[in-house]
Amino acid sequence: MTKTWDATSEHLLRELAPQVLGAVARRFRDFSSAEDAVQEAMLAAFSQWPQEGVPENPRGWLIQVACRRMTDQVRSEIARRERETAVAAETENVASLLEIEADMDPDDTLILLFMCCHPALTPSSAIALTLRAVGGLTTAEIANAFLVPEATMAQRISRAKQTIKASGTPFRLPSPPERTGHLPAVLHVLYLIFSEGYVSSIGSHLQRFDLAREAIRLTRNTKTLLPNNAEVAGLLALMLLTDARRAARTGTEEELIPLDKQDRSLWDRAEIFEGIELLTAALAKGSVGLYQLQAAIAAVHDEAAKVEDTDWPQILALYELLKRVAPSSMVTLNHAIAAAMVHGPTKGLELLQALDSDPRVADHYRLDAVRAHLLEKLGDRQAAIKHYRIAAARTTSIPERNYLVTQAARLAGD
Amino acid sequence: MKYILMMNTMKSGHGVPEWPRKDLQAHVAFMMAANKELHERGELVAAEGLSFPDQAKLVRAGKDGRPMTDGIFPESKEFLAGFWIIDVDSPQRAYEIAAKVSAAPGPGGAPLNMPIEVRQVMSGPPPDML
Repeated sequence: MTKTWDATSEHLLRELAPQVLGAVARRFRDFSSAEDAVQEAMLAAFSQWPQEGVPENPRGWLIQVACRRMTDQVRSEIARRERETAVAAETENVASLLEIEADMDPDDTLILLFMCCHPALTPSSAIALTLRAVGGLTTAEIANAFLVPEATMAQRISRAKQTIKASGTPFRLPSPPERTGHLPAVLHVLYLIFSEGYVSSIGSHLQRFDLAREAIRLTRNTKTLLPNNAEVAGLLALMLLTDARRAARTGTEEELIPLDKQDRSLWDRAEIFEGIELLTAALAKGSVGLYQLQAAIAAVHDEAAKVEDTDWPQILALYELLKRVAPSSMVTLNHAIAAAMVHGPTKGLELLQALDSDPRVADHYRLDAVRAHLLEKLGDRQAAIKHYRIAAARTTSIPERNYLVTQAARLAGD
Repeated sequence: MKYILMMNTMKSGHGVPEWPRKDLQAHVAFMMAANKELHERGELVAAEGLSFPDQAKLVRAGKDGRPMTDGIFPESKEFLAGFWIIDVDSPQRAYEIAAKVSAAPGPGGAPLNMPIEVRQVMSGPPPDML
């Protein structure tokens, strides 16, 4: 008995991927090869299921295909080593599907997530591996999302697995203190996947895989696995409250529309509602972290029906908290904007001066863009034009550059 | 983040290196090994070598919109010989790769230390969060 392939089948397949990988990796005690085998099983499912229908036990089907690949690999490895005597023993070792399924652990996905966001990995390798092993994406889809050749992405993933193998990390759930220590790295990887989706969701990149939505799905799953962690909920809230503005963020010519000029009727109410609900529950837990604070700031913006209704004193207070919890030059920059909205542009410009001597941000386009904006508010048109142009020259984003060049042109032409 | 690495070579004669055979072979082998390494590290987006400047044409649209081509440019001392597009985690890594290919072996196996122009490839807008 099979079921017809429909819109939900792809989602099902991706949800099953980490469960199957967990089962196979545990059985064969080899994460790296198991991950390849599951990828092959996923590709087989993607090519066969749409035609032949979804098997009655899709998870069992995937486990069987992946285990067959693993066994083939073990056999050829043994043949290569010419250890004939061992063949019988090793192949008999292959367990029945029932045994493997009985061994499955609901924490497998969490184990994989911690493994793929291993601190020894560079961000780009951790992202690629997480998307494949935990997200169930194919190498081609990941390559497409990052606009690199598939072979390059395959190498990146394979190297990431070598790094994990070399680190000797066992396939088990990290101890509670280890989990606390490594969770920020996991959340950071999920956050980076979301940001990448945000960067790539404009213009000529519309055909790319929707990473923002994928990041939301993965974070939602992580929240199910760690229901009591306020920062996981905070991150999910932040993603939803930001993604809610997606439709309003660009104009008909795909030009960038800043928050204060967006058509707020285009914001996704359902996402805002869910984000605020999640955030409220998270904040009630008492330990306020980086993502909850950012989500809270996003929520204050989202709650304002008109830009004039924005509760800037509250945003300013939240940035002050954020400066204490997770200080960074970008937080200082955003804090200056909020201060300018509450106390006027002079106050904002005064706060920006602190960043001129900070080498991490002194040459960053955002500093000039914010300064230009505040100078414009102050009425210093020439200085504003100058800083809009400096910012335009420094940004590495095309829509941002177009926006900044247009701002300078608007002031120069008035 | 993606970068383009543009390899500029000094023009001499027709632009063709007039080196002993073993030095040419060493140079080609070095470049191939460099590309292979970039591929294996999962950093290579594209790598292309360009035809010699003898073949170059400068094209402009004429009044009727048709192409008007211009010939070779003896005044230019340097020319673009090839480029890489790489996807790396930091600007430092891009500079490291640029320095490596810059030192490709030339005549007598001595490093050429060619100038490599490194430019970041533009992307979409970053999130307006942190």
